[in-house]
Amino acid sequence: MSERALVRLRKVNKFYGSNHVVKNFTLDVQEGEFLTILGSSGCGKTTTLRMVAGFEQPTDGQILVGGVDMAEKEPYERDVNTVFQSYALFPHMSVFDNVAYGLKMKRTPKGEIQKRVMEMLELVQLGGFEHRMPAQLSGGQKQRVAIARALINRPKVLLLDEPLGALDLKLRKQMQLELKRLQRKLNITFLYVTHDQEEALTMSDRIAVMHDGMLEQVGVPKEIYEAPESKFVATFIGETNLFEGMVSSVEGDAVSVAVESGAVCGRAEGFREGEIVAVSVRPERVQYSLSPVEGFTIQGLVKEQIYVGSVLKSIVVLPNGYEVRLERLAGDALPADGPVYLYWQPQDARLIHPRDQEVYHAVETAVMG
Amino acid sequence: MKSEKRRRRAGAVYCGFIYLLLFLPIAVVVVNSFNATESKPYLSWKGFTFDWYGRLLQNAGLLDAFRNTLVLAAVSTILSTVIGTVAAVGMFKYRFRGKSVIDALLYIPVVIPEIVLGIALLTLFATVNIPRGMLSLVLAHVTFCIPFVIFNVRARLDGYDRSIEEASMDLGAGRLRTFFHITLPVLAPGIGGGALLAFTLSIDDVIVSYFTNGQTKTFPLKVMESIKSGVSPDVNALSTLILLVTVLLVVLTQSGLIRRLRHKP
Amino acid sequence: MSKRRFRSSTAPVLTMVGPVSLWLVFFVAVPLLYVFVMSFCSIDENYNVVFRFTLANYRGLLDVDYLQIYVQSILIAFFATALCLLLGYPFAFLISRTFKSRKTILYMMVIIPFWTNSLIRIYGWRTFLGASGWLNQALMALRLTDSPVELLFNRGATILGMAYVLFPFMVLPLYTAIEKLDQSQLEASADLGGRRGATFFNVILPQTVSGVFSGCIMVFIPSLGYFYVADILGGGNSDVIGNLIERQFQSGNNWPLGAALSIILIAVTLLLVKLYQKCGGDIQSLGV
Repeated sequence: MSERALVRLRKVNKFYGSNHVVKNFTLDVQEGEFLTILGSSGCGKTTTLRMVAGFEQPTDGQILVGGVDMAEKEPYERDVNTVFQSYALFPHMSVFDNVAYGLKMKRTPKGEIQKRVMEMLELVQLGGFEHRMPAQLSGGQKQRVAIARALINRPKVLLLDEPLGALDLKLRKQMQLELKRLQRKLNITFLYVTHDQEEALTMSDRIAVMHDGMLEQVGVPKEIYEAPESKFVATFIGETNLFEGMVSSVEGDAVSVAVESGAVCGRAEGFREGEIVAVSVRPERVQYSLSPVEGFTIQGLVKEQIYVGSVLKSIVVLPNGYEVRLERLAGDALPADGPVYLYWQPQDARLIHPRDQEVYHAVETAVMG
Repeated sequence: MKSEKRRRRAGAVYCGFIYLLLFLPIAVVVVNSFNATESKPYLSWKGFTFDWYGRLLQNAGLLDAFRNTLVLAAVSTILSTVIGTVAAVGMFKYRFRGKSVIDALLYIPVVIPEIVLGIALLTLFATVNIPRGMLSLVLAHVTFCIPFVIFNVRARLDGYDRSIEEASMDLGAGRLRTFFHITLPVLAPGIGGGALLAFTLSIDDVIVSYFTNGQTKTFPLKVMESIKSGVSPDVNALSTLILLVTVLLVVLTQSGLIRRLRHKP
Repeated sequence: MSKRRFRSSTAPVLTMVGPVSLWLVFFVAVPLLYVFVMSFCSIDENYNVVFRFTLANYRGLLDVDYLQIYVQSILIAFFATALCLLLGYPFAFLISRTFKSRKTILYMMVIIPFWTNSLIRIYGWRTFLGASGWLNQALMALRLTDSPVELLFNRGATILGMAYVLFPFMVLPLYTAIEKLDQSQLEASADLGGRRGATFFNVILPQTVSGVFSGCIMVFIPSLGYFYVADILGGGNSDVIGNLIERQFQSGNNWPLGAALSIILIAVTLLLVKLYQKCGGDIQSLGV
């Protein structure tokens, strides 16, 4: 945790009545980085963002921006600006007046306002739109006005609350790249909130995965994808196959795990025999064979195969009903007339210490019988 | 935030103050209905009593006037609701010449001062020789009630999906049956709201009734009469009873609705 | 929605819209036309209306006493409207936004008083504010004053009475307009550095202006005609135009003069409504 972190959330808790919405949230946002808080609806990510903006106050904990404690500070006293999910443009003001609003509040002289607004509009590629009214703009254009309106104030941090949700797919992808470009160019810290994991993986320098009010894991996209530290992160980011079982033997970093359908292997440090573990393997890493492979005894029947463009997606059903997903680039379809044996390179599996009770019980029943 | 709490408290005090002002005269009316005073103008407090509620039952003039008001309100409400609902639906569905004229005419009774409508109707009745009494009152009340019914039903029509009627006809129901089985039930809240508003306006109408009543006394007009000589507390008693009934109705419908909603799967 | 919404078929139209059209023509258009005609008529010795064209009624309107009453009437209406607006706006805002969790019941509590007869409520104020009324009795009992304070029978009392009776007509349109405000816009304004005052003047007010105009019209116009409020609380010292008209149709027995006064009142009303429309007001929002 760097002392130069721009935004620091320290053990932030938020209660709505008896509803514990944000739980002991601790996160540092580095200056100049694009950090995304990723999570599904209702996980508390928007609430967290609003607490940084000042629209909600933490029940407990501390929020510091630029080293200054934000407790009791109104939104207009913070050097932080927000891009709202619904854009929240002022419908009775022109694009120019909307973008100029923040500067007007700071009593910036007219000449300077004129210059900076026109510059900013050029930057978001809305030059010539200054006299239009919000009702005359398309979704994407409104989006850019909202961004311009916030950025023109040169805030320490820009907060973005799922700003691309209402745009169609093509436009969304375009805007993702534009936002990234803007962030790099202006070198402003972006704190972004979304439920779209692809978006998060595309745009972010770092991702903070949030679930049920808690911070599950924070790291660079590659880490989050390839080295999930919890069951939730493993299943939320990308597709994965999750096997729950108990460590049967450990030799160096080679770990054998007994799962409900048989035995599998993985490579990890820090596991002991008898420990409960979840094994996560991405579909693109699962391989098949017509004869058993050493260390692996899971086998099943091919249920479904679909060609999606250049990728072949297959589903193999294990005796206990679990469906394993495989993904291969083109190539031949899996044989459907007999059992196939599944395996993977041990280092391609991710072994996770399960944190939830749910896994413990499931494993107990599955392995102990 | 502490300042937020302080602001809320200040806001609550302000609202409380406004409500106090709104309910003050009502409190005066209710309290005075228990006033054991005997002499006009019945202002000083002479002790608590239920007497006036009993004497109310003996005040034939007052009770007659109240009965007139109820009958008038009921008839006016029914007439204006029927005419208004049918008109609102018709105007929503069809385009025809003169629609904008009717639209404009609808706003007139709403926007112009009641006294103008009152004397205009009086003038009409005098010229055409319509007997002034219950008949003229009903005609007058329906006139100012219809626009409000239409506005309420219209609000409900906004966003009404016509294809449900087409589905009904597709399944074999004729226009009339479709109207009664499909259109009316869907519009029910708007119709109910309009009817309620019409009833309220009719019960409390003073100015238009003042000019169009002839000799028939309605409750508000009787009150106006007694104000000149000093309102005897049996009038207060009746007003208090009316208030109780209306509040009771509101509470029942609100909680009744809530209970019904809770039981829905 | 079906595109055949505007199918014009005569029979259904006549049955559905016919009754209301006839009603409006006979009971709104015709009477008002008649009033207009009557304003140019004269009266004979028996106070009957005679169809002899004259402008005497309109000339009579320029009588000095009358002019004084017009001014008084407009002032009373103006102050009643201002009072309703100043008290009503924050009130509507608080109910709609600050206390929005209880807004239904709070809203109901504004409407409930108006189910009691308005005359008796005005009389309630008289009972309270009169020389031997409750307020004075209380003040004297508390020794805050030696002799009763004259609160009634002046313009102030009438203004209070008008504002009281017409308060919901200001609150309703204001409430509707304030409800439509987008909370995220208020947050955006604060986010961009706008303190409460700035947010109010730059974001809230411009977008609720239609409600303000609507409410003002719904209070101002009736105030010109509510003669019973002026009678009961003003005691003849604060007549409004409505009183003038009432007199002509009762004791004055000069219907044509009353008609002329009414035409003037209608003219003022139309003027204000046109002004309202010019300022962007939507006529649909009046009266609902």
